[in-house]
Amino acid sequence: MTPLLSVQGLSKHYGAQMGCADVSFDLYPGEVMGIVGESGSGKSTLLNCMAGHLKPDAGQVLFETRTEGLRDTLQMSEPERRMLGRTDWAFVHQQPRDGLRMGVSAGGNVGERLMAVGARHYGDIRGQALDWLERVEIDVARIDHRPSTFSGGMQQRLQIARNLVSGPRLVFMDEPTGGLDVSVQARLLDLLRGLVRDMGLSAVIVTHDLAVVRLLADRLMVMKSGRVVEAGLTDQVLDDPQHAYSQLLVSSVLQV
Amino acid sequence: MIELRGVSKTFTLHNQGGAVIDVMRDVSLMVAKGECVALTGASGAGKSTLLRMIYGNYLAQAGEIRIGDVDIVQAEPREVIALRREVLGYVSQFLRVVPRVPALEVVSEPLRALGMPATEAEARARDLLNQLNIPERLWRLSPTTFSGGEQQRVNIARGFAHAYPALLLDEPTASLDPTNRAVVVSLIAEAKVRGAAIIGIFHDEATRAEVCDRCIDVSQFAPKALA
Repeated sequence: MTPLLSVQGLSKHYGAQMGCADVSFDLYPGEVMGIVGESGSGKSTLLNCMAGHLKPDAGQVLFETRTEGLRDTLQMSEPERRMLGRTDWAFVHQQPRDGLRMGVSAGGNVGERLMAVGARHYGDIRGQALDWLERVEIDVARIDHRPSTFSGGMQQRLQIARNLVSGPRLVFMDEPTGGLDVSVQARLLDLLRGLVRDMGLSAVIVTHDLAVVRLLADRLMVMKSGRVVEAGLTDQVLDDPQHAYSQLLVSSVLQV
Repeated sequence: MIELRGVSKTFTLHNQGGAVIDVMRDVSLMVAKGECVALTGASGAGKSTLLRMIYGNYLAQAGEIRIGDVDIVQAEPREVIALRREVLGYVSQFLRVVPRVPALEVVSEPLRALGMPATEAEARARDLLNQLNIPERLWRLSPTTFSGGEQQRVNIARGFAHAYPALLLDEPTASLDPTNRAVVVSLIAEAKVRGAAIIGIFHDEATRAEVCDRCIDVSQFAPKALA
């Protein structure tokens, strides 16, 4: 089986400050990988470099495209990469307002991504938007409301609908449950788990919440000071961490 | 079906002065298809640790752990995941419940993951929950609020939903009443008949005598020369 995404020696420095250093891994279709580490460990830098939001200093981000096989997305032209970002890739931001158009209705937010890939029939677009609002458990009566009138949890679910409506194969998520209270988090995690399974998505999830990766991720990478210090099967890394930093991270979680 | 050769395990506690705990050395054992083997030994001897190593949950420092033709010590995460989905089942002592997910879904999930249609997977889940005497009014509820014994039975139902060729059982009958214990014994017997290789920890001697073909005392694997 060929990997869907293959990251090779990815490095990014901010002046003398290290963002992430020499990160390599392969992600296979249907796999969900979590990246954990404390604030400043480089996990968000890594995610943004992979997704094309930041330009890395060195390395390759190879993606198995539908038509041309494995291609280095860092070498793609800007329009090509933007097209990828609207079709096969999706990015879920921690802050819904970074991933949504706050001045456009909920239905418009979902429909916009469909129009970006060529959908023109209004009825079809609205139908799909309704379908997706239902899937992410947003009352369909709110379809014409702006996301600024939604709660944080609803905004996050809307962002997920907007991202997944075009049937991406790879989803990047940056602290998707970050600013939400626990009851809303549980609902969102349950939703994400179902969507990942039913759509056969591959995903890379950055979070500092170990409970989130235990639920969602098959594999885990632990980062510290820009480097990957440990990687493996999620439950193995969490239950039998080998590296000093992973042990500290796991043992620091408060039991409830 | 399950074969261990020269397996050893140490825990290095980096944040507690780098203490190294030698837990097990040179474990070799074999379990054939249709055979059920009990791990015995005093509490703390390493029974659960060994079971977790076979499941790939704990990392072995040396040796080989073969389930069918996969060596779980060397395998890539995705190979272990595929193995756990198709070949290797594990019933832990406690159910790790996902909030909001109803019992029926918890039990049918392993089958759904194998691509079985929802209705068929649910039918199998219903059958198991019935056998294990979980009242039907609880099926649509999340097991988070169930009693310890009910959670354990949901866990067993989940573990037996798919006919795994290899099965690991960590005290499956621990908190069960005699009726449900008998159900679990018959589930294990059925699994043996269809050719599953089973390794289990059974504190209850009656159960052990009923289902196990032989016992392996894990205290024999304790490192001999303790500093």
